[in-house]
Amino acid sequence: MKLKKNIATSESGFIFNPATGDSFSANPLAADILARAKDGLDPVAIKADILERYDVAPGQLEKDWDDLLAQLREFNLLD
Amino acid sequence: MKLPYERPTLRKLTAGALNKFGPRAGARAVTALDGVAVDELVARFGSPLFVLSERQLRRSYQAAVRAFGTRYPQVQLAWSYKTNYLNAVCRTFHQEGAWAEVVSGMELEKALLNGVPGPHILFNGPGKRRADLERACAVDAVIHLDHADELHLLLDVAAGRPQRPRVALRVNLDAGIVPQWDRFGFNLENGEAWQALGRIVAPGRLELVGLHCHIGTYILQTAAYATAAAKLAALALRCERELNTSIQYLDLGGGFPSTNTLKGAYLPASDTVPSLDEYAEAITGALLGAGFRSGELPVLVLEAGRALVDDAGSLIGTVLANKRLADGRRATILDFGVNLLFTSFWYDHHISPTREFSNQTEPTVLYGPLCMNIDMLRESIALPLLAPGHHVLVHKVGAYNLSQWQQFINLRPNVVLIDQTAQVHLIRAAETLEYLQQLEQVPAHLR
Repeated sequence: MKLKKNIATSESGFIFNPATGDSFSANPLAADILARAKDGLDPVAIKADILERYDVAPGQLEKDWDDLLAQLREFNLLD
Repeated sequence: MKLPYERPTLRKLTAGALNKFGPRAGARAVTALDGVAVDELVARFGSPLFVLSERQLRRSYQAAVRAFGTRYPQVQLAWSYKTNYLNAVCRTFHQEGAWAEVVSGMELEKALLNGVPGPHILFNGPGKRRADLERACAVDAVIHLDHADELHLLLDVAAGRPQRPRVALRVNLDAGIVPQWDRFGFNLENGEAWQALGRIVAPGRLELVGLHCHIGTYILQTAAYATAAAKLAALALRCERELNTSIQYLDLGGGFPSTNTLKGAYLPASDTVPSLDEYAEAITGALLGAGFRSGELPVLVLEAGRALVDDAGSLIGTVLANKRLADGRRATILDFGVNLLFTSFWYDHHISPTREFSNQTEPTVLYGPLCMNIDMLRESIALPLLAPGHHVLVHKVGAYNLSQWQQFINLRPNVVLIDQTAQVHLIRAAETLEYLQQLEQVPAHLR
């Protein structure tokens, strides 16, 4: 997962793409994931941390992770 | 203690004209029905599950009686069997005082088995067979004549009977509704209805007791009912004047809407559907001003169905899976589809989660489990981030779904009634494969 460099994110989950003018609202977990990805954290580490902190099974997280990537691709936010 | 998980998701923000009308956006959780937890209902009876509220059935009936009965001296409701002919539902309405309005021989027998006296059964419908007419005559049900062939068939049936069958004439008329419903009954404006009345009265083999009309379904214009009532009243007065026949009742049919929102409607039905009081005011106002002599007002009969039962029914279902469509839209597959929720073809049903979620929602396409492209329950609905195993609750499904549901791809599920003391009763058991196959026969060479 490599976010485009110009994408702006906020702690509250507001995401802005200055190249297109598109803006998005991320729920708290998505905002957290995007902030860490922006900081260059490895997806494996992000997922391990989520499994540690949240009440979710690894299989469910993998499905939802793939779905988040699909959304980011659909919204043209990935490099 | 770990944090509660909700899948990560993004929503694109779009600027557009705001609709300042309508209810609060977003889905509020409904965790219990009539005091019984949804999770408990699913644990006991499985999913999907139809749930009927006896309290709401009685409340809706009493509200209708109150709306009309406080404005007109003689009102009789006839429960429309085709709307939901589960015996527990029918018997609840009969306990409240409803007659039965049936449209087939099968429904006639159901009403009799439910203890309705024959004279309290109104037999409508365009497809009565000779055996149906003979049975109706035998139990002294009132036959609502739909067309000339039926009239002549009944005259034939009546010829061999000691007692004159009691009949009402079904009349279709221009009440200002477009398109005008003219498939049921005899037309008023072109003289067909008057001609039929003459044919009923002259031979003396039938007893004319009522006039009936049904101007349509989900009619939102109360003025149309006033027009229909005035025209029917004028016809009754003419019967008395020119045929020397006193009409005992005027049946204004049904067609009163529930507060389900029709597909394509801009505003929710709760904001646009007139109350029953408004319909009652229109109908009774027209009858009271029609010119009947004091003390000779005909009984007002109403064949309410949807308005009495829709609000009392709920359907609980379960999320089977989530997926993303090619254009990025979220899709959720539920364990019920159009096989159980026939009315989703014409309503945008209100659907709630059954547990609390965060405020985050996602526009979702709701599909049923059928391997058919038409099996779509909502084209787009804002729902919280549901995961497989979560339950949803569809509101106001009591009308037509439990009589039009299909045994297609999946078997039909349990139906329960929650009584007024919050006791849950199974009123129709889930079907089994054995039940499905019991009428089939396999030829010897295929065994």
